[in-house]
Amino acid sequence: MHQTPPASALGRIPRVNVEIRGLNMAYGEAWHRQQVITDLDLDVPAGQMTVVIGPSGCGKSTLVNIIAGFEKPDSGIVRVDGQPVTGPGHDRMVVFQETALMPWLTVRQNVSFGPQLRGEMDRATLRAEADRLIDKVGLREFKDKYPLQLSGGMQRRAELARAMINQPKLMIMDEPFRGLDAMSRELMQEFFLKLFEENRRTNLFVTSEIDEAIFLADRLVVLSTRPATVRSVIEIDLPRPRTYAMLASEKAFDYKREALDILHQEAMKSFKMGSGQSDFLEAYAKRAQ
Amino acid sequence: MAVASPSRSTFGGFRSSLGGALTNPTFWRGIVALIGFALFWELCSRSKQMFGVQVPWIGMVPPPSDVLGAWAKVVTEPGYWQSWYLSLNRVLAGFIAAQIVGIPFGLALAVNRYFRDIFFPPFEILRPIPPLAWVPASLIFWPTNEMSIAFVTFLGAFFTVVINVLGGARTINVQYLRAAQSMGASQWDLFWKIILPGTMPSIFTGAAVGMGITWEVVVAAEMISGGGTRKGGGLGFFIWNSYMGGSLEQIVVGMISIGIAGYLCSSAIRYLGFAAMPWRRLF
Repeated sequence: MHQTPPASALGRIPRVNVEIRGLNMAYGEAWHRQQVITDLDLDVPAGQMTVVIGPSGCGKSTLVNIIAGFEKPDSGIVRVDGQPVTGPGHDRMVVFQETALMPWLTVRQNVSFGPQLRGEMDRATLRAEADRLIDKVGLREFKDKYPLQLSGGMQRRAELARAMINQPKLMIMDEPFRGLDAMSRELMQEFFLKLFEENRRTNLFVTSEIDEAIFLADRLVVLSTRPATVRSVIEIDLPRPRTYAMLASEKAFDYKREALDILHQEAMKSFKMGSGQSDFLEAYAKRAQ
Repeated sequence: MAVASPSRSTFGGFRSSLGGALTNPTFWRGIVALIGFALFWELCSRSKQMFGVQVPWIGMVPPPSDVLGAWAKVVTEPGYWQSWYLSLNRVLAGFIAAQIVGIPFGLALAVNRYFRDIFFPPFEILRPIPPLAWVPASLIFWPTNEMSIAFVTFLGAFFTVVINVLGGARTINVQYLRAAQSMGASQWDLFWKIILPGTMPSIFTGAAVGMGITWEVVVAAEMISGGGTRKGGGLGFFIWNSYMGGSLEQIVVGMISIGIAGYLCSSAIRYLGFAAMPWRRLF
């Protein structure tokens, strides 16, 4: 897979289907054993934004780790473009919850990290490609800064550039905008959506924010409470390019109601089970009004 | 840009340039504090002859003016500088050996499970033994006094270095490792490109703490071993000798000399850390 990225990546993004079949995962030994994912089937269709939403602590991050190849499931299979996933690989890039930029590398060094490691490009090409992507995420002035010198939103954009330079077939976003303040969060959602609508790279986006989910999604996958399984798939039929105004439409409101109903039921279930997610319950009850 | 420019930043109080120090209020406050402290000490030491009342403890210490006088005399004697040289040599020998052995050992403990399972338990049993408890064994182990002192000094820093490196390497954010793995990093890459730079801050913390301990140990070891050569046995022996000779001023000269030597050594480490970790200069 030594594919030299073109001067402009547009139109050359590989489109792949991701299939997840019969996933089961448990942690712990013997009587401490806890099922985290149970019989989970999920499709991430090529060129679409599939958003996974579920109660906090339901096993979303475990799902991400399995798809990325960081963890092996107890049973079940993940196929990318028909090929079973056996470990981490640069065909699947994860943007993590907290920033995972190496603090000892500058923005440009971070962005160049992957191709440099694999020795794919000569120095000049790599530099040009890194600079192009850094420009694209609007960090031109910050190329030579270290991650800790950037704001939270800038860090996430640098991370997007670091992922994109590897030309992944699948982008996995694990609650990437969590921890940002409301303002930067909205800006990042819009920015990220623009990127996606430009190149239509197959995308799996994990979140626990309903508005974010509907704003971004082509398909909204609602997970159950732990152990996670797919409760419902909602096709989000809102026009693209999306705008925030669309969230106020009747259609969007219906999607939100539908998803929240399921999430609410799930939250009630886990609440009754005594897993103590009352804060979550409260938050969603407020939002549903 | 809401980013502080690095030229105005401090790193553990260390200034990036002398010019920066001279315009820095922290630097001047430090100078004033030192002068104020010396004046207070002078007053307390002379309280008996000035007011007829002796201040407890500090009243028994010779005043700084007398100490400076003793110092002025001592600096012309080669034995004093010989003491500096000998102690510094021992500290550096033990310290550098501790880094050379301790950093790879700590990293190996951190990255290899089998290595850790085998070597960590004996390490943990040996670690609480104070370096000075090693002095008799060390005198038996090594043919010369000099080597015994260096060995005890080495031990003083070694355990601290290893514990810091181990802790630092074990607490590297797993996401860095995962991100690198996704991008195609081999085990070799993970070690050199993630674990080593990620452990750097702890390596320098270990070095700074270890440097302090080597000074403590070297001085005590010199006092115990009697110094070795007749020309002068290091600053520890210098103090001991002054005590035996009944010169209170010289004792204080020796003590402050050690303070200055230790400060110079930790400044050197801070400077190295500052140079080696540009990403830590931001605050």
